[in-house]
Amino acid sequence: MTFIPFALVLLIIVATIGLGIFATRKAKTASDFFVAGRSVGVLMNASAISGEYLSAASFMGIAGLVMKNGYDALWYPVGYAAGYLFLLLFIAGPLRRFGAYTIPDFAQGRFDSPMFRKIAVVFVLFIGFFYTMPQMKAAGLTMGTILGWPYWAGILVVGTVITFNVAIGGMKGITLVQAFQYWAKVFAISLPLFVLMSVFGGYNSHLGETAAALKASPRLEIGLKATVNGAEKAPLNTISLSAAEGTIIHFEHDGKYRIAKISPARKPEKGEDPISAGTFAFPVAKNAAMDDLRTQIASGKPFDIVNGADLEFATVPVSKGGQPVLKDGKPVRTGAKIEFEKGGSVTFAAAHQTSTANAGAIVPNAPSNTKWLNPFGPLSGKWGFPLLYTYSLIIALVCGTAGLPHILVRFYTNPDGRAAKRTTLWVMVMLGGFYLFTPMWGVLGRSMMPQLYVNGAYDSAVIKLPTFLENKLLGQILSGVTSAGAFAAFMSTFSGLLVSMSGAFAHDIYGRILKPKSSPEARMVAFKVAAVGVGVVSMLLGLMVETFDIATMVGWAFAIGAASYFPLLLLGSWWRGLTKYGAATGMLLGGLLSLAAIVTNMLLDKKVIVLELPNIVRALMEQPAIWGVPLSIISMVVVSKLTAKSIPADATMKMIRLHAPEEMGISENYIEA
Amino acid sequence: MQDDAAVDKKLTPEEAEKLMHRVMWRQAHLSLYVAAVFIALLIVLPLFNLFTPALAATPVMGFTLTWLMLGVLFYPITWLLSAFFVKRSNDLESKISKEGTK
Repeated sequence: MTFIPFALVLLIIVATIGLGIFATRKAKTASDFFVAGRSVGVLMNASAISGEYLSAASFMGIAGLVMKNGYDALWYPVGYAAGYLFLLLFIAGPLRRFGAYTIPDFAQGRFDSPMFRKIAVVFVLFIGFFYTMPQMKAAGLTMGTILGWPYWAGILVVGTVITFNVAIGGMKGITLVQAFQYWAKVFAISLPLFVLMSVFGGYNSHLGETAAALKASPRLEIGLKATVNGAEKAPLNTISLSAAEGTIIHFEHDGKYRIAKISPARKPEKGEDPISAGTFAFPVAKNAAMDDLRTQIASGKPFDIVNGADLEFATVPVSKGGQPVLKDGKPVRTGAKIEFEKGGSVTFAAAHQTSTANAGAIVPNAPSNTKWLNPFGPLSGKWGFPLLYTYSLIIALVCGTAGLPHILVRFYTNPDGRAAKRTTLWVMVMLGGFYLFTPMWGVLGRSMMPQLYVNGAYDSAVIKLPTFLENKLLGQILSGVTSAGAFAAFMSTFSGLLVSMSGAFAHDIYGRILKPKSSPEARMVAFKVAAVGVGVVSMLLGLMVETFDIATMVGWAFAIGAASYFPLLLLGSWWRGLTKYGAATGMLLGGLLSLAAIVTNMLLDKKVIVLELPNIVRALMEQPAIWGVPLSIISMVVVSKLTAKSIPADATMKMIRLHAPEEMGISENYIEA
Repeated sequence: MQDDAAVDKKLTPEEAEKLMHRVMWRQAHLSLYVAAVFIALLIVLPLFNLFTPALAATPVMGFTLTWLMLGVLFYPITWLLSAFFVKRSNDLESKISKEGTK
């Protein structure tokens, strides 16, 4: 019955192409291509902005984050939606009244500085490609999940369809498509959920059950097979077992497993005695082959499991200098953390059950109910500074949203400043209406599909949960609906990114930097060529990021946006004294240092570089917004004060134009539509 | 679109300065006022979770109080703030337009 999801995905692709061709009939001028003729109505534009914004990270990623981390992850959808309030309060109106084609136009026009346009273009492309890669990855992954297609196939389909749409119709062509895709996504995220919750219980009843058993952890169904990843999926190739009770892992007879390392799941504190692999793990059966395996485990070196085995993993009391470590008067224990080099299908069972007879094993890698349900859990508490981490995450999401060039460029398509503000209000309503549903998928995923914790495939919860319905046909249809919604998500976001990046090439690089005297028609041709070029590069980049985490890649784009474009637009719109030197310094310092911190942290995580750093430094590297945004703003202010002589002579008039209502007759578009 | 060079010429630097303050600062004031409420919410909720965990975990219709606030109620609160801002901002802009450039 997998033809059903395929048919629905095909339907959304055909609708995308068809609507694109339909909307394109009216796209004739350069203004149509770059800013849809500045004539997009409020509701249409709000739908299109929402459609463009709801990406793979929103459609599949948030459900996964909530399932994995619980409460802390609720900040993601809230931050993604509430970030628009900052955009509304400080940026939407002035940006529209500036009336350009691209965000680099603002950079040049506000400071009369062609040099600054170049810096701004580089950031548009940086953020654009970082944001494109996860969309491509999600496309490849989803096609693989629902149809078993190879990774590159989904990328090729989405990449080709959208490149075609953007090249033939530009901004005008994609506006209608993105608006349609918003409504398709809302339908796809909500309808299957209503059906699932009517059968398996509602949002509050699942949360209520979790709250009623705070000390418990979710358990796997008895006999349920789960897949563990090998080293090719690192870092998702580890299994952390619960400290509450021992676990038996059944390795299958025809599987070929290789375990690289067995260590304590709880991170040892200074001075604690090391625990050897042999203390944690031993074969259940006693015979010559198993005795041999036992010796291999005890050696502490990587070992293979062939011809199957049942291994018991015990929980071990932690000691320090031979004395047990106590917490609240009780001895602290830890479960094992197993790192696989070659994975495969295994079955988990609880060892030595006493009070919970006939229950399955505690789900590996899953936080306990209390850590999951309550604030300051595994996400923010990772480095031991949960409050700091939470605030930094909030700043990144809220300021980052207001600093994404491919979203900001859509504000030029409004007829005037007031329309830009009303549009933003509707965007917030539409996004809230969508994001409200995303955590529900994560909550259902935790109670219904805990095996996803084993191999870290949280992102597939949205696609797979509907197949749990008793009625298999309905399950396939609903899974097809969410798959189609996911496709709408990658396609609409990628189309916005492609317009923004093609605009940067055709308008900024070709039309302003290389050939300032080129005609609007020539720039339109350049736009089409750029769209095809960027489309191809995006697909190639997508092929390279198969092992990267979707949410992490989107996080990079937000962190750079928050510390570069947000301060530029905030101060550029409201402070007359901002100079090009100040703005450039702040953008480069904030944006590049934040990027450097995130990338270094990722390399440390993947153990590409080894460096002992204090936990607070690691927390600040993983979430740099709390220092990156202030650093950018402060350097803008300080350097501007030092270079106050270079404030453009007509800066006062520029500020008036940015803020004066259109009917005063002072406003003028930087580029007339 | 009006010939803006004419507007430029009509205004002396002092007049332009005054106009900028009149047009920009009142709008800035409104934006900062709404932003302050929003930022206060963002600062207070984590503190509420940190210092009164028991209250944050109070069950409300199956939700914990803090899950209900962040996962459900936060959205309508931001809608109200935006709606308030857009209305005030439009009123203010009409007023500014009526006052004209001088």
